[in-house]
Amino acid sequence: MITTEALTKRYGRVTAVDGIDLTVRPGDVYGFLGPNGSGKTTTVRMLLGLVLPTSGRIEVLGERVPRHARRVLGRVGAMVEAPAAYGHLSGRANLALLDAAGPGGARRTRRRRIEAALEQVGLGGVDRRPVKAYSLGMRQRLGLAAAVLRKPDLLVLDEPTNGLDPQGIHEIRDLLLALNAAGTTIFLSSHLLAEVELMCDRVGVLDRGRLVLQENLAALRTPTGRVVLHTPDVAAAAALLDGQLSERADDRLVVRAGDPAELNAMLVGAGIRVRELAAERRTLEQVVLAATTAGSDRVDRSPGPAPSAVDDSTGDDSTVDELAAEREGAGA
Amino acid sequence: MIGVELRKLLRRPRTWIMILLLDALPTLVAVLLAITDIGPRPGAGPAFLSAVLANGRLFPAAALAIVLPLFLPVSVAVMAGDSIAGEAQGGTLRYLLVRPVGRTRLLIAKLVTVLVFVAIAVVVVTVTAYFVGTHLFGNQPIGVTTVSGTVLTPRQAVLRTVLAMVYVALSMLGVAAVALFLSTVTDSPLAAALGALAFLVTSTLLLTLDAAQSLRPYLPTRYWLSFVDVFRQPILWRDLVRGMALQGVYLFVLLGAAWANFATKDIKS
Repeated sequence: MITTEALTKRYGRVTAVDGIDLTVRPGDVYGFLGPNGSGKTTTVRMLLGLVLPTSGRIEVLGERVPRHARRVLGRVGAMVEAPAAYGHLSGRANLALLDAAGPGGARRTRRRRIEAALEQVGLGGVDRRPVKAYSLGMRQRLGLAAAVLRKPDLLVLDEPTNGLDPQGIHEIRDLLLALNAAGTTIFLSSHLLAEVELMCDRVGVLDRGRLVLQENLAALRTPTGRVVLHTPDVAAAAALLDGQLSERADDRLVVRAGDPAELNAMLVGAGIRVRELAAERRTLEQVVLAATTAGSDRVDRSPGPAPSAVDDSTGDDSTVDELAAEREGAGA
Repeated sequence: MIGVELRKLLRRPRTWIMILLLDALPTLVAVLLAITDIGPRPGAGPAFLSAVLANGRLFPAAALAIVLPLFLPVSVAVMAGDSIAGEAQGGTLRYLLVRPVGRTRLLIAKLVTVLVFVAIAVVVVTVTAYFVGTHLFGNQPIGVTTVSGTVLTPRQAVLRTVLAMVYVALSMLGVAAVALFLSTVTDSPLAAALGALAFLVTSTLLLTLDAAQSLRPYLPTRYWLSFVDVFRQPILWRDLVRGMALQGVYLFVLLGAAWANFATKDIKS
């Protein structure tokens, strides 16, 4: 669906995107993560032909961008940063104008498609009021309606749930998952980890212009080989598991154990009451924090020698721990 | 695409407010003239105005002469300056390009839209001026006296007025091209419009400067008032043709520059 090779963008001396190799497969819900200023938006803009790459190669839906952008973009629905519309016109009028502006928007089916798209994003009953009277959430929904208007094969979305309340976020997530189930590939750029964790099956993490991680979410979240145990009998449990204990705080113990079920049986056999027991999994937040540095919006007072970026760490097989270790080594 | 841009133009309240304001100035002048009955001395003030008191049918030409030097170019600079930069500022430019709309096509559609705006403005000004003129001033159905002193038949007068309208409208090509070019350079419609106005003011100033005499034939405003030549008998084509050619050159060069800039620009708005 999307493939980039050594994609690079320089603005003068600043390298915004530094040789990234993205692979988004058909049917993916791909979460594109990274701190502020890491190059997410520049990458998205390059995929859509808005920003021209300094070097590297982009293929979207099997065709080169920006060379064949006109052919490709008709099959792509996009939301780049904030949604935008003409404030003095109604939402319907805005969609009609946008639809008429490009190829593939048949006039015959336009009204029906607009109503269907508005219905999908929860604006079906919207009146004729101009967009400037819309709330932030309504604008966001209108932007999504514009993206799904022509039933694209690929949706490229940048923070699609920005400005929505929890109810709205839930609705939009359901909508996107339903579209994905119906065959739409979704490329979701976000820094809302919870959102990505709930929706995506594959993530790419960008840090200071480099793709430091690209992996299936399930693979990132395999059990760590440790078990988290909550028990009122802390002392007894600690005594029993002496050699396997790796963390202890109040009634919470972290135990190195391969099989939680076996551990449970052992504890119960020893008469220790178990309140909670679960295999420890790394959260996406831990994964991302380990792979990235602070965003460019953080400006520290006395900058030390700039830590150099991790080299050649974009392969699928490099693990987060290795990355973190390399990073620490580089920063020291 | 052109159809979409025209719909945007016509559905935008600002378009009509500008045309209304453009129309109000000659009407105000006409009312003042009619009330006071004091015309400018022949040779002073805008062209034709001294003759209007005698014959209201000349007022459309006088109205064009009133809006031509400042009001019309200002409105053109605002419209053309807004064309790309306004979309960029509003964030709609990226959605248009991703739709996808070809960049060259968008640029051409914007230029055509500005020209349509000028055409509407000129027609509205002329038609209003005709009604205002014939109602407030004397209405001689026999004919219109030309600048050369001969008399035109009503049919000839209409033809000449239409010719003058076309010339005035095409005289705006240069300003439109400058504003459109600047509009692709900056993301601020205000900056683009002001830049085009600065260009206009420079040209107007240099025209009055004897030291700039050698530049004079190349200044975009040099032949603007030549539309008066349409009302000579016979029509004095020399300056009219030069004026058109000059506007054509400005349009060609600046549209080329706008295209070269816009077609390869990184859209970061």
